[in-house]
Amino acid sequence: MAIQEQAMSPAAERARERDLEPKRKWTIGEVGRYIAVALVVFIALAPLYWTFITSIKNGVEINASPPTLFPQSFDLSNYTKALTNSTFFLPTLRNSVIIAVVTTVLALLFGILCAYAIARLKFFGKPAVLMTILSVNMFPFIAMVGPLFVLFTGPIYVYNTYAALVIPDLVLTLPLTVWFLTSFFRDLPPDLEEAARVDGASRLQALWHVIVPLTAPGVFAAAILSFIAVWNDFLFGLTLTTDESAQPVTVGITRFNSEHVIAYGQLAAAAIIVTVPLVIMVLFLQRRIVAGLTAGAVKG
Amino acid sequence: MATRTATAERPVERLTLGERVRMAGGLMPYWLVLPAILLILVIAVYPMIDSIRISLLDNPLLPAANFVGLSNYIHVLSDPVFQGATATTLIFTVISVALETIFGLGVALLINKTFPGRGLVRAAILVPWAFPTVVSAQMWLLMYNDQTGVITYFLQSLHMLAPGDTMIGSTNGVIAAALITDVWKTTPFMALLLLAGLQVIPAELYEAASVDGCTRWQRFWNITMPMLKNPLLIALLFRTLDAVRVFDLFYVFGQRSVPSMASYADFHMFAGTPEDFAPGVASAVIVFILGIIISLIFVSMMRDVVREAA
Repeated sequence: MAIQEQAMSPAAERARERDLEPKRKWTIGEVGRYIAVALVVFIALAPLYWTFITSIKNGVEINASPPTLFPQSFDLSNYTKALTNSTFFLPTLRNSVIIAVVTTVLALLFGILCAYAIARLKFFGKPAVLMTILSVNMFPFIAMVGPLFVLFTGPIYVYNTYAALVIPDLVLTLPLTVWFLTSFFRDLPPDLEEAARVDGASRLQALWHVIVPLTAPGVFAAAILSFIAVWNDFLFGLTLTTDESAQPVTVGITRFNSEHVIAYGQLAAAAIIVTVPLVIMVLFLQRRIVAGLTAGAVKG
Repeated sequence: MATRTATAERPVERLTLGERVRMAGGLMPYWLVLPAILLILVIAVYPMIDSIRISLLDNPLLPAANFVGLSNYIHVLSDPVFQGATATTLIFTVISVALETIFGLGVALLINKTFPGRGLVRAAILVPWAFPTVVSAQMWLLMYNDQTGVITYFLQSLHMLAPGDTMIGSTNGVIAAALITDVWKTTPFMALLLLAGLQVIPAELYEAASVDGCTRWQRFWNITMPMLKNPLLIALLFRTLDAVRVFDLFYVFGQRSVPSMASYADFHMFAGTPEDFAPGVASAVIVFILGIIISLIFVSMMRDVVREAA
């Protein structure tokens, strides 16, 4: 008997025990757990639900008191009004897209080069480089906007242009991208790139033709994280631009507040337009995003 | 050739910089790293240093600015609005980090076991994190406002709010509103960070402990918490620094009447008179100094973690 028991792997043993157990009802602990999880999910999604139903209610129902939990009306005019009536929403949306895409492309470009050097090459002063890059995350950006404002309205006159935002946003995204990509590159076994180099490829060719395609999921996730970080920015957009020629949509959405009658329906519609693409991206990529975000924290 | 290796002829410390660089891999790494570092130095480090310089002037927007020493700092620190903003920011920081850690740990423990639909749950709780902070603030503002706010309605029917009043009418209400929105947005992030830390803990440790007769509480304190210490400290450091810099939430909820340190600085720099610009920069530098102090405190607690990471 003892010999037979030792011969089974623990996983197989557990599976066998599960099959032999009589079917039991849920324990209190499990029910409690499911209720708690349902509560957490509810809290996480409730504001999104509320904003969504506000955006499809008509004007009368929005101002109804008490507010209705299930929409009685269905009115998409808030969306059309937000997109066409306001002079600023659509331009700021376009600005955000352009700024986020340009910044992400640049951040990936510089980040891949930097991460490759950190992950694969030895060089003198590497800890100092790492420290510099990571410590930027600790800077309060509010302390940077003053001098940047003076700089962009003076010597480097790019105030109220895309450049005024792409440049500081790169500082937002570079540390993130470098950290993320470094851990991906480190985990890649060096065999394939060594094989490529033996075949005569230079280091850079090995980088672009072997490493990047192999880590494409990681690079893609880094791109998404970078895009979200730039899309999220509010402070730089607020302080370094003045009108919708270059303002991002994060600033644009606060401009719905400044009118005398706050257009709640349009505000809600604008919020949905701004966040639904992000939510979809996050839902589809949550595994990768989480893996990348936590790789640094756990592995160090 | 004789200079390429540190042989018995010359001890390692006597290598020149050029030789060290060449031995380690040449100049190429520096070319690769250069764009990133240059950008960071110019865009992040230079403005930080320049903001200190500006804060010591009286009117930096004019060509002929005068050096006024620390008078901007004295002006800011004795301003009761700034003192209130400091208190607001510190209260917000302590409570938000505490709540996010506790709730995040709770949620992480909750979804640590596999159950059907777990992937969906993880995706669902990540949704708040995907919203730009300022958009979250606008959404919650919808729920807080006096006419259409569903939260206002509930609070009024519970008689916690007077009819016609809103939650963001008072200073404490604004702080509470900012806390609720921030906890809603950031707890999922903390939860997922801690979940990753939890999943690294080997199951055998728990099994051995239960064989030895440990209660669940003992298992938690003696296995889970120590093994979570490193990820927890890193997460705490970044969250605390983020909380001290809080801007978007107080810009939307508190506006000019209940500022945080960062929104105070912004209003003085960009929404005041030109004489307010330098004091605004000074207040931002104060936030920076606060951040450095906090970082030093944390780093001294985490010395072994930092050594491992380097």
